[in-house]
Amino acid sequence: MRLIRIIGLALFLASFALFLSLFFASEFTLTKEIFSDNVKPEHQESLLPVMESLSGKKFDTSVSFSNALSDAVESVNNEFRQQQQWDKVIYDDYVGTLTKISLTGIVRDQAPLLMILIFGVGALGAFMFIIPKSSLELPGIKNNGIFFHALNNRGWIGVLIGTLLIVFYIFLYFYDAYIVNWIVLVEPLKKWIDPNGSSSQWFLYGFLYTFAVVVMGVRMIIKYRHSRYQIFRTISVMFFQLALAFLLPEILVRLNQPYFDFKNMWPLDYDFFDAWHISMLTTAGGLGIFMFAWGITLFVIGVPVFVYFFGKRWYCSWVCGCGGLAETAGDPFRQLSDKSLKAWKVERWLIHGVLVFAVIMTAAVIYNFITGTSSFLGLDTYNHLRKPYGFFIGAIFSGVVGTGFYPFMGNRVWCRFGCPLAAYLGFVQRFKSRFRITTNGGQCISCGNCSTYCEMGIDVRWYAQRGQNIIRSSCVGCGVCSSVCPRGVLNLEMKDEKGRFGQPVLLGNNVESN
Amino acid sequence: MRHIVIIGNGIAGITAARHIRKSSDDKITVVSSETEHFFSRTALMYVYMGHMKYEHTKPYEDWFWKKNKIDLLNAHVESVDPSQKKLLLSKGDAISYDVLIVATGSKSNKFGWPGQNLKGVQGLYSYQDLVEMEACTKGIKKAVVVGGGLIGVEMAEMLLSRGIEVTFLVRERSFWNNILPSQEADLITRHVRAHHVDLKLETELKEILPDDNGRVKAVVTSSGETIPCQFVGLTVGVSPNVEFLTGSGIEIKRGVLVNEFLETNVSDVYAIGDCVERNYELPGRRNIEQVWYTGRMMGEAVAQTISGKKTKYQPGPWFNSAKFFDIEYQTYGQVGNALGSSDDEFYWEHAEGQKAMHFVWNKDTMKFLGINTFGIRLRHECFDRWLREGRDIKYVIDHLPEANFDPEFFDRHEKEIQKSFSSTNIITA
Repeated sequence: MRLIRIIGLALFLASFALFLSLFFASEFTLTKEIFSDNVKPEHQESLLPVMESLSGKKFDTSVSFSNALSDAVESVNNEFRQQQQWDKVIYDDYVGTLTKISLTGIVRDQAPLLMILIFGVGALGAFMFIIPKSSLELPGIKNNGIFFHALNNRGWIGVLIGTLLIVFYIFLYFYDAYIVNWIVLVEPLKKWIDPNGSSSQWFLYGFLYTFAVVVMGVRMIIKYRHSRYQIFRTISVMFFQLALAFLLPEILVRLNQPYFDFKNMWPLDYDFFDAWHISMLTTAGGLGIFMFAWGITLFVIGVPVFVYFFGKRWYCSWVCGCGGLAETAGDPFRQLSDKSLKAWKVERWLIHGVLVFAVIMTAAVIYNFITGTSSFLGLDTYNHLRKPYGFFIGAIFSGVVGTGFYPFMGNRVWCRFGCPLAAYLGFVQRFKSRFRITTNGGQCISCGNCSTYCEMGIDVRWYAQRGQNIIRSSCVGCGVCSSVCPRGVLNLEMKDEKGRFGQPVLLGNNVESN
Repeated sequence: MRHIVIIGNGIAGITAARHIRKSSDDKITVVSSETEHFFSRTALMYVYMGHMKYEHTKPYEDWFWKKNKIDLLNAHVESVDPSQKKLLLSKGDAISYDVLIVATGSKSNKFGWPGQNLKGVQGLYSYQDLVEMEACTKGIKKAVVVGGGLIGVEMAEMLLSRGIEVTFLVRERSFWNNILPSQEADLITRHVRAHHVDLKLETELKEILPDDNGRVKAVVTSSGETIPCQFVGLTVGVSPNVEFLTGSGIEIKRGVLVNEFLETNVSDVYAIGDCVERNYELPGRRNIEQVWYTGRMMGEAVAQTISGKKTKYQPGPWFNSAKFFDIEYQTYGQVGNALGSSDDEFYWEHAEGQKAMHFVWNKDTMKFLGINTFGIRLRHECFDRWLREGRDIKYVIDHLPEANFDPEFFDRHEKEIQKSFSSTNIITA
């Protein structure tokens, strides 16, 4: 069994190394045909002189090639700008398109084989590493050595993975041409789902994301195989990611329907009310209209009703994609969240700030959509609200920091400090819900396992040791505090609202104190 | 403004300090030579196992003490002079007090075995013990743990988490059989063995053998067997840590003797927690109770008295909990290791042998006396209420589902337990 695990780890690492090496695998040559086939006729004239110098030249990496393209387009645009010919400035993403088409080499020729070697062997290796653990250890909480491990405690493995993630997210959001090799790698899968489609950085991202959730979801299930709550919850996030977030939108596109993730909702889905999105849905026939209505119903009715009965966990740790990644791939890092009172203060300012930002931005976008204007309360909606939101919140906060910082600040950085939907769900949970974590009488021994393993950085022990229910807007109901408690003190419960906040009572003594 | 000095920053002393602060402006000083800040002693094992760092075991952040004007003094008290109301510290200086609370906890027992002071032989109680254990077990392969109690099984689990083989010497015929009835003791014995602990029952330690460097090399057991090892854990109970009070005039027997107000024989001197020996009886309870919860409750009670609201220490129905590797244990009320002559019992065990419940009640009155539960969490609030209300066994069995505290989707066994109960017990009450 140990041998199987070692082989599995080796296979996984080999496939991961192969995946990384593909970053450098292709050559890039811009030809006249590619240029004339892919550049719009109205741009060909102005771009031809600068592109001609690149034509036929072989580049070794996507980085050098796309930088050269980018410089070329930029030089043309600069000229237009100097001459104040604003209408001629080119905004099309030729860098991404041309880099992808100009790619030649092993990734282009052997993508299906490479996909099997990387993701097939990678998953096989990971499962060989993960599954035999169940026969080496009895079921139960086995957090042995977590704070000695270089992965789980900000050691070199954690730093390495965090760095890779951060770089990946920066490329994904801002330099997608750099990762074109990986985009081409998953092309066969995209074509299989939708023969007329073409993979983009977002398809790649969706695929890698789902792969991570499924593989690490299996790890989560094995790790918590003694707890049916954890098993059900993990299967749920795996299902919602695989079926609703990844496959269904792709299938919808194949059926000429709008791309739509039925479980995503505003304000996490911050472009839901963008003019182009509303138009896309409302002009797409009955299904499109239904999607638009569904999206609104989810946050207007779904959130209050479900949070009232179940707490915000119904979304955050059972359905949500961000939560899904955090609860699977992020589980090894949950102990790294900051539990200090200071962190809680920062959290409340930040997350509610983002919510306010999201509401104002959306109000402006809707106002402009209805009135046909482009500014709101004197602000240029796109440049002062929508674009900064997309950049700072949508890309930097939720992506680069939200996931890239897993190995440094725990797996819920985005959910805790940034997600406006979590803030909204949290309001309802705090003020109108049956959900609470109950403390079992006077049994707490203040050991601190609950607080240590709370991914949201809630100091659970502070409540438990004074015999108080834990009612915090940030609690996503993952149930791990209850799982790791060695004395059976904590339980996630839904009960009558009466007495929910109650007085802290530590049982066992006949003294009136506290 | 009085100066209240508390010796010991464990759960008892700190609880007293916190509760006194809530109702008074007195100056409070907590003296400890163990650690600068209060930490959860029960969590030491998790630090060794890498589940947590020492920082995580502190129930309050470091700024808490200053904010609440609880002064922390890192010093060791050598002796107490009640006539001068002074404490003599090991550095030679002294501090004076108006009110003194002794909350000095326990120290590990050693029963005079040959070799018990060798390097690599120790108990596990204090932070210093943890540091020593960390140093003494680095790179070793084999350890022996002596004593079949809670700290023993914790130590075995700790050592195994580092890949160290463990032989566990237990005097009783099954694990913790001096506390647990034999059914549960057998259940835990099986579980301990399933974790590959070499458990030797009805075996005692005779001698610890040294190597040339004064380190443990092996132990000799009562059966004459020699077991080579590089570490010996002595976990044969703890005793009140009260030697420093000898000659002070504060009356001690095994622990500091206190009355029901937790007062010692000397005025303005109180004692709470592990170091206490009650000079009066409480039904069904020992006079020395070295448990987290009693320490906490004594701290709560003494704080009331010192704040001017004279309050007796009156613990409610007994409760306790523990975890043996993967099996959680809770107990409410009184379940002895042997059934009392006027009592009756019902024991249920799950087919897989990892869950069990043991009910005890009075044969004549049917009054429910206590329960042990293994692998199924039960609600303290329910049992506390039922015990106070003097409910009978039938009521408890009928209402068992209310007391379940397991997480959602866990298997529920109440129906099976109820069925099994009614088929083995004909209740007429």
